[in-house]
Amino acid sequence: MDLNYSNEELAFRDEVRGWLAKNLPADLSDKVAGHEHLSRDDLVRWHKILAKQGWIAPSWPKEWGGNGWNVVQRYIFEEECGYAGTPPLVPFGLSMCAPVLHKFGTEAQKKRFLPRIYNADDFWCQGYSEPGSGSDLASLKTKAERGSDSSGDHYLVNGQKIWTTLGHYADWIFCLVRTDSGASKRQEGISFLLIDMKTPGVTVRPLILMDGGHEVNEVFFENVKVPVENLVYEENKGWTVAKYLLGHERMNTGRIGVSKRELAKLKEFVSKQSKGGGSLFDDVRFRDKLSKVEIELMALEITNLRFLDQMRRTGQPPGADVSMLKIKGTEIQQSLTELMMQAVGPMAQPFKPVDHAEAFDAFTASLTPRYANTRKTTIYAGSNEIQRNIISKMSLGL
Amino acid sequence: MNFDYNEEQQLLADSVKRFVAKDYDFESRKKIVGSATGYSDSVWATLAEMGLLGLPVSPDYEGFGGGALDMMGIMESIGEGLVVEPFLSTVMGAQFVARGGSDAQKKAILPLVVEGKLKIAFAQTEKGARYNLAHVAAHATKSGAGYVLDGEKCVVVHGPCADKIVVSARTSGGDADAKGISLFLVDAKAPGITMKSYRTVDELRACDITLKGVSVPADALIGKEGEGLALIEEVVDYGTALVCAEAVGAIKSANDATLEYIKTRKQFGVPIGAFQALQHRMVDMVISYEQAKSMACLACDKVDSEKDSAERKRLVSAAKVRISEACRHVSQESIQLHGGMGMTEEMKVSHTFRRLTMIAQQFGDIDHHLERFSA
Repeated sequence: MDLNYSNEELAFRDEVRGWLAKNLPADLSDKVAGHEHLSRDDLVRWHKILAKQGWIAPSWPKEWGGNGWNVVQRYIFEEECGYAGTPPLVPFGLSMCAPVLHKFGTEAQKKRFLPRIYNADDFWCQGYSEPGSGSDLASLKTKAERGSDSSGDHYLVNGQKIWTTLGHYADWIFCLVRTDSGASKRQEGISFLLIDMKTPGVTVRPLILMDGGHEVNEVFFENVKVPVENLVYEENKGWTVAKYLLGHERMNTGRIGVSKRELAKLKEFVSKQSKGGGSLFDDVRFRDKLSKVEIELMALEITNLRFLDQMRRTGQPPGADVSMLKIKGTEIQQSLTELMMQAVGPMAQPFKPVDHAEAFDAFTASLTPRYANTRKTTIYAGSNEIQRNIISKMSLGL
Repeated sequence: MNFDYNEEQQLLADSVKRFVAKDYDFESRKKIVGSATGYSDSVWATLAEMGLLGLPVSPDYEGFGGGALDMMGIMESIGEGLVVEPFLSTVMGAQFVARGGSDAQKKAILPLVVEGKLKIAFAQTEKGARYNLAHVAAHATKSGAGYVLDGEKCVVVHGPCADKIVVSARTSGGDADAKGISLFLVDAKAPGITMKSYRTVDELRACDITLKGVSVPADALIGKEGEGLALIEEVVDYGTALVCAEAVGAIKSANDATLEYIKTRKQFGVPIGAFQALQHRMVDMVISYEQAKSMACLACDKVDSEKDSAERKRLVSAAKVRISEACRHVSQESIQLHGGMGMTEEMKVSHTFRRLTMIAQQFGDIDHHLERFSA
């Protein structure tokens, strides 16, 4: 047993770290560190820098731009990005739609979509959840009926999606739709469709969250014609595709690197907050809370590496273990943002300047909104309760 | 990076696991616990035969030179089986000699430990000291070529069966000074030693010891006079790492028993494990196990490899905080999920509960280690 990275792994980490230090634009890392809004241009710019370096899609097959990194290298890269504070890589194209196309797509679909995903020429979003179908995804109702007209065979799509992250930036959306409402099992009548957001009948409506931010949307489909060649895999077999995507390698759900960066920032920040003639860091009550989060994060990092090592040795994709990383990782993210907010005491209240904007401390004012925003982490990507159901069923046999 | 046990570690861990499963089942253990001495000589001999006592001792003294990482699998099995023999206390006692003793002391003591012919206990804790290792009021006074020891020690785990006792005593300074603490290897039957023995909550044997004019020769001193604290901290950190690994095994045992129980126990016509309220609690117990296991790996790795003692202390404390938390969480939940049956003497889980509860406080509780972590 050896908890430390090998010399080769350390050399790789140093290479990534050195490259990031040189190539991560300061204005982007400043925005990330300051919890500022990232525009579509910010996200795409960083994506293109990585694409140029050949590091944007490590796990893709080589002929489509994958670079052959093993799971540990991929993990190290993602952790280093998190630690350096890069903009996030929007997963919908790169690590959701693309793996589906690699596995289930036709040659034509691959040629049409993959290079554009690789280069961020298309911005993708995900159309899964519906107002009545959250955790119970298989109950979804958005309907797609076969039809044809002068331009060819198509699906006529009607319905609504919700929680569509960055849908207002997106050129394309991949959707689960119901193609057979008479199927004996609900899962059997679902199909996986790729829809151009510019198609007539697609409407995006913002859902503003309590932190004031615009991340998610509702997407409405009203008689939207989708060419049949945009069906991925077989009609009514969309659930197979969706399940594959859920089980797809996601070894960074713990987001250890990001949390390590936030923890370091929190410690520094806390030592600068004064309390009773000293610093807040000297307050045992506060520091114990901080220490507990730090220790939980240390444990999670090793747990993550243990799972990774197991995956490397057995060649098995991660199973329910990923759910564990998601549960603990998101709990830690929430604790960190909560402590950051608590650290500023009464100054957690100011939100936005009405006048005197130049004297307004925007960073301090970002802490409570960020705390509020981070509540999403235990809800999205399968709520933590759903993750517990997964572990309970898949690995405990309950 | 590699989290696998190597072949030797795995073989040894498996052999202990087999032994515990076959010869140290719940009924056999019950007889041992209820016996006059509270441990089994034949089990002790088997542990020595299997090489477990020799594993952490250098080959120069007939051992195999293993570190804490090599001991992990063994300690996990000991935790799973709730083994009550004086293994940890003897291993720690030998570490005092191995790390701080003279060559003559090592030659005299370590081969006997390896053979299973010498059991050792560590007499450190005193009333009011809590977990402060520098709090040593017992004192040693120079007398001729040797020393005379006086004072009181409490909760000396495995003291009643020990052949030798490592005693911390003050040769100079005030009751809680870092300097002035010395360590002595004392014969358990030495005149002037009286023991008041008792069973602990987790079914080990322990005693309070009174030292009254106990004469020891000069060569009973381990290490340098007055500079024993660093060695105490080092060996207690080592013992803490091992008890963390033991906890991982005990947590696994509690989890396995609980999972089995909620799959078989029926209410309302279904196994109670069908209820989500219990499923999610069971999942959280499993997460606690994984997090605890990770921190046990960290602690064992660091007591072997970390040269900077401040960093070693910080990381061992981090591990003990998380493991104590896991001990508390899993032990409490395992009883709750078993319902009334979990409260009974008849179920192993109630014994595991007691051991986990005590491990959470052994060598320092959560508060103590949080304090040390952020010091």
